[in-house]
Amino acid sequence: MSRALQRREDVAGYLFMLPSLIFFVGFVIIPMFICIFTSLTSSNMNDTAMFGSFVGLENFAKLFHDEVFQKGLINTFIIVLVSVPTVCAFSLWVASAIYKLNNVALSAFRCIFYLPVVTGSVAVTVVWRWMYDNYTGILNTLLSSVGLIEKNINWLGDPKTALGCIIVILFTTSVGQPIVLYVSALGNVDTTLIEAAEVDGATDMQVFWQVKWPQMMPTTLYILVITTINSFQCFALIQLLTQGGPNHATDTVMYYIYYTAFKLTEQAGHFGYANAMGVVLAIFIGLMSAVQFRLAKEK
Amino acid sequence: MINESGRKKAYKVFSIIVLAILAFLFLFPLYWIVTGAFKPSADIYNTKPIWWPTEWVTRNFDNLFIKRTAPLWELAVPFGRWFSAEHKDIFFSVGPVVPAAFRWLVNTVFMAVVAMLLTCLTAAMAGYALAKKRFRGRAIVFSLIVCAMALPKQVILIPLLKEVAALRMYDNLWAVIFPTVGWPFGVFLMKQFSESIPGEILEAARVDGSSELGTFTTIVLPMVKPGIGALAIFTFINSWNDYFMQLVMLPSGNNNTIALGISTLQNDTTVDMGLLMAGAALAAIPIIIVFLIFQKYFTQGITMGAVKG
Repeated sequence: MSRALQRREDVAGYLFMLPSLIFFVGFVIIPMFICIFTSLTSSNMNDTAMFGSFVGLENFAKLFHDEVFQKGLINTFIIVLVSVPTVCAFSLWVASAIYKLNNVALSAFRCIFYLPVVTGSVAVTVVWRWMYDNYTGILNTLLSSVGLIEKNINWLGDPKTALGCIIVILFTTSVGQPIVLYVSALGNVDTTLIEAAEVDGATDMQVFWQVKWPQMMPTTLYILVITTINSFQCFALIQLLTQGGPNHATDTVMYYIYYTAFKLTEQAGHFGYANAMGVVLAIFIGLMSAVQFRLAKEK
Repeated sequence: MINESGRKKAYKVFSIIVLAILAFLFLFPLYWIVTGAFKPSADIYNTKPIWWPTEWVTRNFDNLFIKRTAPLWELAVPFGRWFSAEHKDIFFSVGPVVPAAFRWLVNTVFMAVVAMLLTCLTAAMAGYALAKKRFRGRAIVFSLIVCAMALPKQVILIPLLKEVAALRMYDNLWAVIFPTVGWPFGVFLMKQFSESIPGEILEAARVDGSSELGTFTTIVLPMVKPGIGALAIFTFINSWNDYFMQLVMLPSGNNNTIALGISTLQNDTTVDMGLLMAGAALAAIPIIIVFLIFQKYFTQGITMGAVKG
């Protein structure tokens, strides 16, 4: 490319990028650096300065002794380990069951499974809160009217059931996107390969696992990554339903970050500490994504 | 052979039945919101399940609209911060006093529409540049965007709060709008759509003496229209529902969105489930209607954002 032409491309390229870059750098890249930097300081909400005094790795050292944080980390991993495989398997099954239906039925099912996402976390949460309610919730009234339980279960108030209840709601709001993605991936599988396999006498199961599944690997990988990120960030449900309780049974890292930054009484607004947790969480998510990439590549 | 096809048929029937049950379960919360919003309190607090309201009442909506009021909109006095004692903006209310829930809706629609317009405009331009302009540093910018997308968005919210406070946008709808626009998914999506524009057409326009901006508006924009549609609906719904961002950025309650407003109804000491369901219906129904109208674009957007990633 000639020099003048390259110059023209440079100028035009950056001018077209400019509006977007202003927002991207200003509201994503800069906060990211603030996050890393403040995690090394004692910054808090009432500081007039942007950053507090530099404390090195003190915030990170404190995390090792913080039992609530560790409990939150364990709960977060439970949520991720339960919801990621179930969401993937469920959406794969639903997608394979609906992708050959006629257009109207296909769109209808796709919409229905996507509805909890569109409804929004607040509206979804308040209705589930009612359904789980100890006295007037449909779950208890239904189960006791058919005689399955004798005493009402306090679903969200019992440490044994609370986390499970959260995972169920998270599940219903997570499967929409994977189903859409799997349906389109199944529709894009090379039909000549399927026909060749069928001529060779392969069963449906064999066609699915030997022909379709390998071709859908990029989609599966993408779904794994987004579902993992979503599950790690499970926040709204917890903030609205249980606020980490009962007895920290539903604390997650994301909720504890919020709690430390805005709610914790003795060290209210401790942004430095909250951001240290944010950095740790980001590292965990990065590691999980890297592992998933590796596994998918090997296959 | 007959056995084989019989099994296939049985499986098909089985899967349709399971799907129908699942569809029912997924629709049930929504059904429960809508019927709950119109149930009298005797139905709501009944210990037997009441599947269908014994009587349709609007009491819950009346409560929602009468209980709290707010001015329809407020304006900040220009430079008012410099004259007030606490260096805070001075507001004066204009417009009629309306139910607070109505104000929440106005705020939410304003926020979602502005975020959508800004995102579509900036992302369409940037996506085109990334796909079709061979400027130096393009690879670096693109990999930065991909890396940022893999990052948890909510982790940067608290540092973002500090920055927004420094920019004096805290507790203001712009504090929610600008970070939404900055999120790079839109650029990524528009790059995917712009890749399909044939280079020859752009080259021909250049030879014909069309300006860069002219090429963009007359050739590129019409060709990436489906992408813009997908991005618009995607941004609109996400920004409508981004509860965590709104919670962090709009703490005072003066600029409540519908999601925040409903969550405050929940924080009252005695929870009125009927009132909550009315609020939930008010938040969910408009966005569901928007989704159903534009769902074709939506599906396309989700798919394009994922493949070739």
